Amino acid sequence: MAGLEIKSVTKVFGAVRTADSLSLVVEPGEIVAVFGPSGGGKTVLLRMIAGMFEPDEGDILVGGRSIVGALPERRGIGMAFQNFALFPHMTARDNIASGLRAKGRADAASRVQAISRLLKIEHVLGHMPRELSNGQKQRTALARALIGNPDVLLLDDPLRNVDAKLRYEMRLELPSLLRRGTAAVLYVTQDYREAMAIADRIAVLVGGRLEQIASPDEIYLSPASVAVARLFGDPSINLAETTPLVEHGTLFAAISGARMPLGMADTLPADRPYWLGVRPEDLGISFSAGEDAMPARVLAITPMHEKAVLLLRFEDGKEWLAALRPDALNVVADDAVFVRFAQEAVQLFDRETGLRVSLSHRRQAA
Amino acid sequence: MEHESLAGRIFRGVALTLILVFFMFPIAWILLMSFQTNEQILRIPPRLLFEPTLANYEALISGQLHTAAGNLEITFMRNLWNSLVLSSGAVALALLLGVPAAYAFARFKFRLGETIAFTLLSFRFAPPLLVLLPLSLYYQELGLNDTYFGIVWVYQLIALPLILWIVRGYFEDISPDIEHAYRLAGHSWREAFTRIAVPLAGPGIAAAGLLSFIFCWNNFVFALILASADKQPVTVGALAFVTASGIQYGQIAAAIVLSVTPTLLLALYAQRYLVEGLSLGAVKG
Repeated sequence: MAGLEIKSVTKVFGAVRTADSLSLVVEPGEIVAVFGPSGGGKTVLLRMIAGMFEPDEGDILVGGRSIVGALPERRGIGMAFQNFALFPHMTARDNIASGLRAKGRADAASRVQAISRLLKIEHVLGHMPRELSNGQKQRTALARALIGNPDVLLLDDPLRNVDAKLRYEMRLELPSLLRRGTAAVLYVTQDYREAMAIADRIAVLVGGRLEQIASPDEIYLSPASVAVARLFGDPSINLAETTPLVEHGTLFAAISGARMPLGMADTLPADRPYWLGVRPEDLGISFSAGEDAMPARVLAITPMHEKAVLLLRFEDGKEWLAALRPDALNVVADDAVFVRFAQEAVQLFDRETGLRVSLSHRRQAA
Repeated sequence: MEHESLAGRIFRGVALTLILVFFMFPIAWILLMSFQTNEQILRIPPRLLFEPTLANYEALISGQLHTAAGNLEITFMRNLWNSLVLSSGAVALALLLGVPAAYAFARFKFRLGETIAFTLLSFRFAPPLLVLLPLSLYYQELGLNDTYFGIVWVYQLIALPLILWIVRGYFEDISPDIEHAYRLAGHSWREAFTRIAVPLAGPGIAAAGLLSFIFCWNNFVFALILASADKQPVTVGALAFVTASGIQYGQIAAAIVLSVTPTLLLALYAQRYLVEGLSLGAVKG
């Protein structure tokens, strides 16, 4: 039985469909990241599950039982809030124990000890929230959400308000912490790296709609739409408008002064406009011209230690970014270079629908 | 701390002293007057050095006022007791009604919510005399005239709007997520209200309670019209010192000192909680 099941849930605020027929299943023990730009409806989705709003349409089930209309305290849900939402007039210990006290558990003290040892906050249990660092506050809030072993665990961007170092630490620790129980975990984040690091699957929520639900690899390698492709990757994917041409049974895209082969012509209608996308790390830079190379000028180079990001301008004025390993870098700013990319690196999206179009070479590979 | 020049510090000290003297002088003068007889007070020029006497306080506490025209019964202690009963009763009732109402106005949006809240506030700027005549007629019909409950009820016009609007602001400052978190931990909304919202708004509730206590204590007209002698508070009772044989300045001063004392003590006591409330900065995460 599914831990958490969301069935075509819709929520309308005024004229805005904040949640538009969302459907999602989270198995017990699974972590699903809800990722998307702010204002995409992530928090509203969490709040409908937690019972702060009720959906206008659709159903939400926990362990096969509908929780729509149930009181928040009866839903069996643990939640960690972005702003921690600790009770300022209670010690960290009482904060963590508050969930257990309600159920009148006798073993409260030992369970608080156990969970705080796990989260490394044993030494601050006697402190008031205002005496805790942001990291400790966040761990206290997590401990409070985890302690009752809820069926569903909701995490609303819990690493938003902690510093970068701690965020890295928590990204490493969180997956094992969250998988300790059998909770179905929904993890909201605005950081695609966090989503990829923590989640088993990622649900991409844009404008109140779920664009794609898939594993992190799948989302990165074959995004369902141009919107999803844009959201994952730093620097983000390079896009060019193109209407492919057919020559000798092969499909070509004419972009920025080059003819890039795309694959077999029979795989997609050629006379339609598409977005052609190539990830910055899939671009190759060289000084040798060719029909399959886009002449460009290097405008700027940003060294980022593990990679260097090049800003390239093509002859038609279009600008792309390339991410290269620094040791492979033999260009300087203002160099005239030629840009190539492999057929396999190309992602095509329909210009009208924004949806991904699969190319023949992928099918052959699969 | 920013650095200040010596001249700046001196100037600040002088300015503070001037302000303090300006505001404290009447109170200090009244305190001095309360230890003098009427003759000493009316002496010209007034003297700072005098033989202190406790006669005024004795007269007030024993209820026997000695005047040139003979002995006069006064009910000052009774009035003081009435003030205490009426003001605390009014504040207690206003807190009981006003705190949950403030919570409702802060947390829930409902039809005519703002209108109702503002109507309640408007009681504060309507002149009491406007409603007094019809009110006293109603009170006579209802049998509420000259009862403690009747006056406590009419004091709600003073206390309730104050508590409602001050406490509402404090409730609005508490992140609703804190209450959501408590409910998700398995508590009912009633528990979230009593164990999270009320304690966190505690300083605001204390401040509002204190202010409305002072306003009730200082009220004059409601009790003047709606209560007879044995239910009247000090504000009305002080009229008794204007006697046929003259105004008893000494006793009035002593009465003022005695009637200010409870409010002053309450303010000093509540101050601790007010300051504590200000330093409870963890509400915002």
